[in-house]
Amino acid sequence: MQDILNILSYVFLVSGTFFVVVGAIGTVRFPDFWARLHAASVTESGGVILILAGLCLQAGWTLVTVKLIIIGLFLFITGPTSTHAIANAALVSGLRPDTIVKNPTSDKVN
Amino acid sequence: MIYVVAIIGILAAMALVMIRLVKGPTLYDRVLAVNSFGTHTVLLIGVVGFWNGRPDFLDIALLYALINFVGTIAVLKFFRYRAIGDVMWTPDQKEEES
Repeated sequence: MQDILNILSYVFLVSGTFFVVVGAIGTVRFPDFWARLHAASVTESGGVILILAGLCLQAGWTLVTVKLIIIGLFLFITGPTSTHAIANAALVSGLRPDTIVKNPTSDKVN
Repeated sequence: MIYVVAIIGILAAMALVMIRLVKGPTLYDRVLAVNSFGTHTVLLIGVVGFWNGRPDFLDIALLYALINFVGTIAVLKFFRYRAIGDVMWTPDQKEEES
């Protein structure tokens, strides 16, 4: 039983690390701010949940798992919120995605 | 052993995000990079805590997550507030436009 849990937590940890690295690569390589926003929130959601789940399995039914769940819950709430705040601030300050700017009917700001 | 893999992956992701932090043309790319760097730090603290057998590092990780969120919102509020006079103009925006 313990081996199964170990293997499962290894799978979670590796896939969580994969999500984190892929999100970081996306944050660097994507052409536009708005695409980078999506890439950054890939690490924020996928990476965090998988890595914390992997750690929870390692810790088993102890206080540590409770702490991990609290961290996961908090990041689950504030991740999208901070991404939304950044996007909203960018939109208000006039940063528009390229696709809309080229579209003549768009409310081009500047 | 598996923790070493996770730590290397997270450190690599941090380095990549640092590139975006330096290169980011607009201000909001940099805020985004700092925000995701903070999330990576939270994960790194958690995994390193597990790696050397002291899971009580998680309190630090939790605190860091709280402060990271507050910091991001504070920076955004500062720049938005200063730009209230002329909402369509911020220093970085001007260089990017002209």
